[in-house]
Amino acid sequence: MYRYFLAKIGQSVLLLFGVIVLVFFMVRLTGDPASLMMSRNASPEQMEAFRERMGFNRPVYVQFADFFTGALVGDFGNSLHFKSPALPLVLERLPATVQLAVVGLLIAMFIGIPLGLLGGFQPGSAIDSIGRGLALLGQSIPNFWLALIMILFFAVRLGWFPSFGRDRWDSVIMPAFVLGLPTLGQLVRLTRSAVLEIRSADFIRTAYSKGLEPRVIYAKHVFRNVAIPLVSVIGVQFGYMLGGSIYIESIFAWPGMGQLLEQAIGWRDFPLVQAIAVFTSVVVLALNIFTDLAYAIIDPRIRYGS
Amino acid sequence: MPTILEVNNLVTRFYTLDGVVHAVNGVSFHLEEGETLAIVGESGSGKSVTMMSILGLIPSPPGKIESGEAYLYDGYERRDLLKMSDAELREIRGGQIGFVFQDPISSLNPVLTIGEQIAESLVRHLGLSREEARDRTIELLDLVGIPDPKARYRNYPHQFSGGMRQRVMIAIAIACGPKIVIADEPTTALDVTIQAQIVELFLRLQKELGMAIIWITHDLAVVSGLADRVLVMYGGRVAEVAPVDDLYEQPRHPYTVGLLGALPRLDSRESRRLVSIQGAPPDLLIPLKHCPFAWRCEYAFDRCWEEIPTLQPAGLNRKVACFYDLERGKPRHD
Ligand SMILES: Nc1ncnc2c1ncn2[C@@H]1O[C@H](COP(=O)(O)OP(=O)(O)OP(=O)(O)O)[C@@H](O)[C@H]1O
Ligand SMILES: [Mg+2]
Repeated sequence: MYRYFLAKIGQSVLLLFGVIVLVFFMVRLTGDPASLMMSRNASPEQMEAFRERMGFNRPVYVQFADFFTGALVGDFGNSLHFKSPALPLVLERLPATVQLAVVGLLIAMFIGIPLGLLGGFQPGSAIDSIGRGLALLGQSIPNFWLALIMILFFAVRLGWFPSFGRDRWDSVIMPAFVLGLPTLGQLVRLTRSAVLEIRSADFIRTAYSKGLEPRVIYAKHVFRNVAIPLVSVIGVQFGYMLGGSIYIESIFAWPGMGQLLEQAIGWRDFPLVQAIAVFTSVVVLALNIFTDLAYAIIDPRIRYGS
Repeated sequence: MPTILEVNNLVTRFYTLDGVVHAVNGVSFHLEEGETLAIVGESGSGKSVTMMSILGLIPSPPGKIESGEAYLYDGYERRDLLKMSDAELREIRGGQIGFVFQDPISSLNPVLTIGEQIAESLVRHLGLSREEARDRTIELLDLVGIPDPKARYRNYPHQFSGGMRQRVMIAIAIACGPKIVIADEPTTALDVTIQAQIVELFLRLQKELGMAIIWITHDLAVVSGLADRVLVMYGGRVAEVAPVDDLYEQPRHPYTVGLLGALPRLDSRESRRLVSIQGAPPDLLIPLKHCPFAWRCEYAFDRCWEEIPTLQPAGLNRKVACFYDLERGKPRHD
């Protein structure tokens, strides 16, 4: 198992290297990064001065070595807009994004998993139909549209929740719900199908043949097996929520990394964009490793290698 | 020996989208204390469904037990398993009747230790505490021949070989001191050498614990060294039942003759499955009005196409469902 994790960490490091390379060349694809970053009506002198300051005049491999060693220690240069180091600006926004993702994930788990379990235990029942309906909605409604509808209805019409910002405790609920809904849908479907599959497994027949109560069979024999596929999906979805909330943060004016990224792109603040991109990758890769670890903890077949 | 289980006219059907599967069509047999009854028959002949029906393990829907009785004897008292509530049946399952299934790889829960899977039955039926159950489980692992049982208690199924897993299954089946163990093809999924070890283990356990065994199998070669009596099933019915030696010496049903003919010689390397009887078993979707074996039978005559033969006494401790008297070489008169 240790070898497995060493390999996993090695893979992640390689991937991260790939991300850094991509991020570096991303702004150089057009040939001249200065023209990409400066406004169109900058004078040639201003452009030249900018190139000089950013070191764009140096050979590419020198620039890359520079960028790479900087990235390793978390130095992505100064944000062009804020005129201060980029990474601390990103970290400042981290708590808001994490809060949104955590609440979104909790909503998805606490609604999605029970609905999936009930649907799987009693396929065709009313609760199963509700769960499947919600799953379908969750996976097919575009999130920006849902966000707007929710703002119109729950914030403007009913006044239950604030329509934007992060200054009340309940500000997080609407954006988190919108963010978590696709995951909720996926969890309903996955839990349901896992229950249906495990229910008819041979070892469940064995459990019945021992005279165990159905309650025990579901809680112990079925659920522990259902939990295994759930862990990996939850891990992946959490990573996606941490990195992918640009629309939702923008619509709800949620001061997180997604909103910052959207702004940074608008400002052509590439050092900031690069810092966000690399940082998000680190988070997602780390999360993947944790997911695998959790997987190994609940699945003895992985823990004790077979 | 006194009877411990008596099944009369069991009928089980499956109501599927394709139609009604007539899986078990009036099966009757009895089991005596401490004996081994082998149930043989081609795939689909209703062996598993018969046993599952008796203990309420039929998935329902689509399965439904239409009629029949299944008396479990306790001294002079008897109770009908088919009329019991779910709660009463759960007391019987694992408590008085243990099961061993065919595939030891898929029959154990992959995410629970094997110790836990044995111990939970002890806690459930004998009301042992966790510690008592653990100690007893370690004894059971020792009893079924698992080396180093203390350490093995904490292992998971995938850490065992196929044969060892089947020993674990057997430990589960005998854990609460059942009077009957039903083994549904317990050796089919195993290597030949391991098969012999498992058969031996059953024989030893039966000697030590005295339970009756119902051994479902395709493999007539195993049966001869193991069973006291043999029940031959065909198309969801009993074709013949007889003491094992009598059956081998003088089969009374043409289907049994076919089965014995299909028995591979020990020196042959062919599959041990019973496949070489001409023709196909009946389609269970169609309810029959005649003998289900008639179209495969070289002795079939008019009556075989007009009526379904019922199980009739035919010699000492034997019964057969056939209109043709193989011994005398002519139709039976009754
Ligand atoms: N859940 C089910 N739904 C529909 N039909 C079923 C179901 N379970 C069993 N049957 C049918 O019942 C019939 C008898 O099956 P059974 O499993 O008892 O056969 P068997 O004699 O045990 O065969 P094998 O040697 O292959 O185990 C088969 O035709 C099978 O298709
Ligand atoms: Mg079977």
